[in-house]
Amino acid sequence: MKYLDEFRDSNTVQKLSVAIGQITRHPWTIMEVCGGQTHSIVRYGLDRLLPPGITLIHGPGCPVCVTPIELIDTACELAKLPDVIFCSFGDMLRVPGTHEDLLKVKAQGGDVRIIYSPLDAVAIARANPSRQIVIFAVGFETTAPAQAMAILQAQQLKLQNFFVLVAHVLVPPAMEALLSSPENRVQGFLAAGHVCTIMGYDMYEPISQKYQVPIVVTGFEPVDILEGVKMVVQQLEDGRSIVENQYARSVHRSGNVEAQKVIDEVFEPSSRHWRGIGTIPNSGLALQPAFSQFDALQHFHDCISQTAVTPSPSSECESGRILQGLMKPSDCAAFGTRCTPDHPLGAPMVSSEGACAAYFRYRPSKVTGP
Amino acid sequence: MSQNPSFQPQCPLPLASDETIRLAHGGGGRLMQQLIHEIFLEAFSNSYLNALQDSAVLPAQDGRLAMTTDSYVVQPLFFPGGDIGSLAVHGTINDLAMMGASPRYLSAGFILEEGLSIDMLKQVVSSMAKTAQDCGVHIVCGDTKVVDRGKGDQIFINTTGLGVIPQSVDIGPHRLTPGDRIIVSGDLGAHGMAVLSQREGLEFSGNLISDSAPLHGVIADLLNHHVPIHCLRDLTRGGLASALSELATAGPFTMTIEESRIPISEPVRGACEILGLDPLYVANEGRFVMFLPPEDVDEALSILHQHAVSKEAVAIGEIGGTPSTPTQALVTLQTRYGTHRILDLLSGEQLPRIC
Repeated sequence: MKYLDEFRDSNTVQKLSVAIGQITRHPWTIMEVCGGQTHSIVRYGLDRLLPPGITLIHGPGCPVCVTPIELIDTACELAKLPDVIFCSFGDMLRVPGTHEDLLKVKAQGGDVRIIYSPLDAVAIARANPSRQIVIFAVGFETTAPAQAMAILQAQQLKLQNFFVLVAHVLVPPAMEALLSSPENRVQGFLAAGHVCTIMGYDMYEPISQKYQVPIVVTGFEPVDILEGVKMVVQQLEDGRSIVENQYARSVHRSGNVEAQKVIDEVFEPSSRHWRGIGTIPNSGLALQPAFSQFDALQHFHDCISQTAVTPSPSSECESGRILQGLMKPSDCAAFGTRCTPDHPLGAPMVSSEGACAAYFRYRPSKVTGP
Repeated sequence: MSQNPSFQPQCPLPLASDETIRLAHGGGGRLMQQLIHEIFLEAFSNSYLNALQDSAVLPAQDGRLAMTTDSYVVQPLFFPGGDIGSLAVHGTINDLAMMGASPRYLSAGFILEEGLSIDMLKQVVSSMAKTAQDCGVHIVCGDTKVVDRGKGDQIFINTTGLGVIPQSVDIGPHRLTPGDRIIVSGDLGAHGMAVLSQREGLEFSGNLISDSAPLHGVIADLLNHHVPIHCLRDLTRGGLASALSELATAGPFTMTIEESRIPISEPVRGACEILGLDPLYVANEGRFVMFLPPEDVDEALSILHQHAVSKEAVAIGEIGGTPSTPTQALVTLQTRYGTHRILDLLSGEQLPRIC
């Protein structure tokens, strides 16, 4: 398959693995930001092709994992309302709220539907004028343009029954929050290729300069990831810290300007709570005032119980430290025993891009490989 | 269809295709009789069924009997490569075939939703009848219920299958042996992705066509050639990974398969990539995995390659041995990079990812 096979080629992977070994002289800790990259690394065992001094830690780039629990609770409340059709991407459905998840709500009679594009929800709204459609807008900058398009379409069509529960988050503020933490261990970043496809990468340049940290925009296939690691290691060994682009077949420096315009037209930056990490200023998106009629939180204000205080997640769940790269999933005492995909204590065990789920699926620590 | 044979239907008007199923079609009265005669008997006609007794009375069989049951609730009812009717025959026949049994008889239970079009029912029943005929099995008894609109999803079908296992045949997980080779009968994931893309209106490049097919023919051929099959498993829900995981747990045995040898078509790969699904866990309806001694692999493959349904069969791995510790990983996939990953049962079904 074109654009895939050449980036999974085993010869190229082996050569990159050897090349990284040859240039590595010191131990380095590198974070891959995106959950899609984490998944690829664990699925293909790429970290095992690196020299022992190179540690990959898994960043907070899984939108499902960082969506705050109170928003999941609100989603469940809305999905239970008899007039509501609640639309969500598939992997949000199993994420545990305080008492239940959306799959349970669906089983109890809530009309919860999996969509593949936010535009599907517009079609559902048109086809069901007597129902109220709520879409759970989750994701990073990658999914924000499609979400914004859906809202613009709803406006054009003058839909009165289309509402958005916005949970969009932004990558650069989270990276800065990690770097400014006193516990930070990250010496270099693989930036998330899909996010940069939309947003470009010029906004990383001040971060790279300020914190003296190499940032390499990286794709998702094995060759991409090893090439990204090699570029970061080379910079670290050379004592450089700049922004480089490994994923040039998809990413341009200024990104997709049209998509950015659509995002800016509909959304504005807002302070956002990240599950397991805390509140990060300007790290989320909220609807511009001109689009407030689509805001599910406003429209259903009277139906939502006010859980302003974040309910404490399971005291055993270390997802916050895992999402910040301070520990590996398999280091958690509950991993694979009291916390499994069947009974997740925290979101990273649920989402297909969650670090804990990736470890559980591909290399449970309570079992050993061959 | 287990009705008093002396009762004669008296409804003068034939069932029109533009009519819909009403609750009365399941009510035991004239409308039900009409449905049974004009649709089911018309399509499935055979001497066991036509007797319309409370039970079908079947001749004594020479050999051990295998019996299995399965319910079919697929949406959409019609998909590229099949429909719920053909699936209800293939699925149950294949479960019999996996024990080495020759399928003989099926039952057919229908749960119809009020409002279903008669035309659609006729199409499903006609497909089911044709598939059964092609597979050499008789549908010998049945049942029809009609549920209120909204309490079903057009048509649910249950089929129970009865087959005969030849005297010398002994196939099952109890015969799995360390060193056994693992053969998969063809490319994986086509059924699941064809149904999903049809249901969700997703358009992918390339043709996604279900692999739904009967497997008893090729299994009979292997047995006729005395290929010493140890175990067979059809790769339905949960796909290859779940089937291997279940069999490995039953041992318990370790198994290793090679990623680069597992056949997956380009359209399935593409669709799975986009949706973030793992084709090793996607459902098939005409694929199976076979375990047999290493020395018999070549002969088995040459027979498999003569059948359209298994022309792409390939050996993908082997059973290692018994696990050295109770917690050792059982099924391991060797990636094309020489690294390993574990294949385990999923928590539930795979859910498409966000981005």
